[in-house]
Amino acid sequence: MGKIVAVTGNEACAQALKQINPDVCAAYPITPATDLMQRFSSFVNDGKVDTELVLVESEHSAMSACIGAAAAGGRVATATSSQGLALMWEMLYIAAGTRLPIIMPLVNRALSAPLNIHGDHSDGMGARDTGWIQIYSENAQEAYDNTIQAFRIAEHLDIRLPAMVCMDGFIVSHSIERVEYIDDADVKKFVGKFQAVHPLLDLDNPKSYGPLILTDLYHEYKRAQHEVMTKVPKVVLEVASDFEKMAGRKYGLFETYRLEDAEMAIVVMSSAAGTTKDIIDQYRDKGVKIGLLKPRIFRPFPYLEIADALKHVKAIAVLDRADSFGGYGPLFMEIAGSVMSMASKPAMINKIFGLGGRDYLPDQAEGVIDELIKVAQTGKVPAVKEYIGVKE
Amino acid sequence: MAKAIEIRWHGRGGQGTVTAAKVLADACLSGGGYVQAFPEYGPERAGAPIRAFNRISGNVIRMYGPVLHPKVVSIADATLMDAVNVTEGAPDDAIFIVNTSRDPKEVRAKLKAKDSQKVYSIDATKIAVECFGRPLPNSSMLGAICRATGIVAMDVLLENVKKSFGKKFAQKIIDGNLNAARRGYEEVKEG
Repeated sequence: MGKIVAVTGNEACAQALKQINPDVCAAYPITPATDLMQRFSSFVNDGKVDTELVLVESEHSAMSACIGAAAAGGRVATATSSQGLALMWEMLYIAAGTRLPIIMPLVNRALSAPLNIHGDHSDGMGARDTGWIQIYSENAQEAYDNTIQAFRIAEHLDIRLPAMVCMDGFIVSHSIERVEYIDDADVKKFVGKFQAVHPLLDLDNPKSYGPLILTDLYHEYKRAQHEVMTKVPKVVLEVASDFEKMAGRKYGLFETYRLEDAEMAIVVMSSAAGTTKDIIDQYRDKGVKIGLLKPRIFRPFPYLEIADALKHVKAIAVLDRADSFGGYGPLFMEIAGSVMSMASKPAMINKIFGLGGRDYLPDQAEGVIDELIKVAQTGKVPAVKEYIGVKE
Repeated sequence: MAKAIEIRWHGRGGQGTVTAAKVLADACLSGGGYVQAFPEYGPERAGAPIRAFNRISGNVIRMYGPVLHPKVVSIADATLMDAVNVTEGAPDDAIFIVNTSRDPKEVRAKLKAKDSQKVYSIDATKIAVECFGRPLPNSSMLGAICRATGIVAMDVLLENVKKSFGKKFAQKIIDGNLNAARRGYEEVKEG
């Protein structure tokens, strides 16, 4: 068994990157980024890894340098947060469209304006359509485990896509909690040797990246990109199965909690799922049949698998830590997509919570469950989308 | 599931309160428990009131967010009793530990603590100045908390104080802090 430590989510992710020892990391390691890359840069400085660390002048350049290094044939990682991810936006599509398996821990934090660097999912949700695999983590242990698994998923020869590993800003990234590290040798063995595919540095076989493809084949190219995403869930599950054999911790496309016999369900991601589980236990003690579903893989979204897990419930509350102004919350829209395939459709409500670091407190979860009980009894939904935890 | 013991720290920016919460988490982790340690994040200014939190449990801790009903309230700067509501949300069996030269009975009156709540005082700043020459109260506060709550064994706490200071400081400072923690344990008074 590995070492048990009390560390922040950022320290845990930096440790995973240290154990994996990527060939190249390009980063802009000051705010809006977190101390994750700063910690990793000290490993570089201390000779703990032999990664080539490229310190650039912006996040746009960080992703650009990662793309160059990955196309050259290296195992590449970076990390970012908030405005940093927003500034990378253009290059995120290029990383995915070019099929480069770059790994990026993303500390989920709010976007300006107004200026705020506290936790919410606005940054990650904004990158939903970039073609990156997105994995969300509840706690520091999951952030560490997911970072390790992300390399295997992204670099799988059937996949070759970039992946971001998300954790809640401050709540997980900067808070200290118990994490079990896996031994260096086991991590190295699990992740395996990097296999370059069409590396630019193979000078005997020259190739071109980033070509112009117009109306003749762009459409087909994008369909191919969608098709490769559909292969991701199978690989995620294979990697999770191998991971469980090594570390003893079980992962899937999503996690369910007391859902099997539930009449009502809360769907929520990341750290808020932990708090919600505690409140669900309290209601279960009172005989309320409530359960939880926590998506782990947000892209690709496992619509049918989630529909199957939720098909027996009468009412669902989807909690979003991000908003789509003038629309429903992004997670709600995905769950609505899952529900669409069900023969008998549960009633659904959408709560927007915790924006810009607003605490998600037990009474908010209790309020949602109380409302859900009424919705399940009457089948009536007074308002589909509402903000909770609002100061009046 | 046994409920986690929740601790709220009140201190001032630059006093080392967050470090103390971390050392306590490390110590409880060595004791085989699950732990959380985190500050309330805001603008970081020296001297401003800050809060930090611990959760300690024998089981996995799933609850995130600030501690609302602290079983233990550690007040590293007595002037905070006039500046912020340090008793907010404290349950009937709460334990208050205050860094002050005043008698614990006076502190009890000041806090308007209920009879069922326990109040301890410790002159942690004086001990710190005597042990290592700087007014940083947290090693002695940790010793006092250890005595008042029994949350972790004293030898485990001392090991972790040593580990925490050992990374950055000279032997004299490490020994001073170990001594301060021991004196905190010995000199804390209930009232």
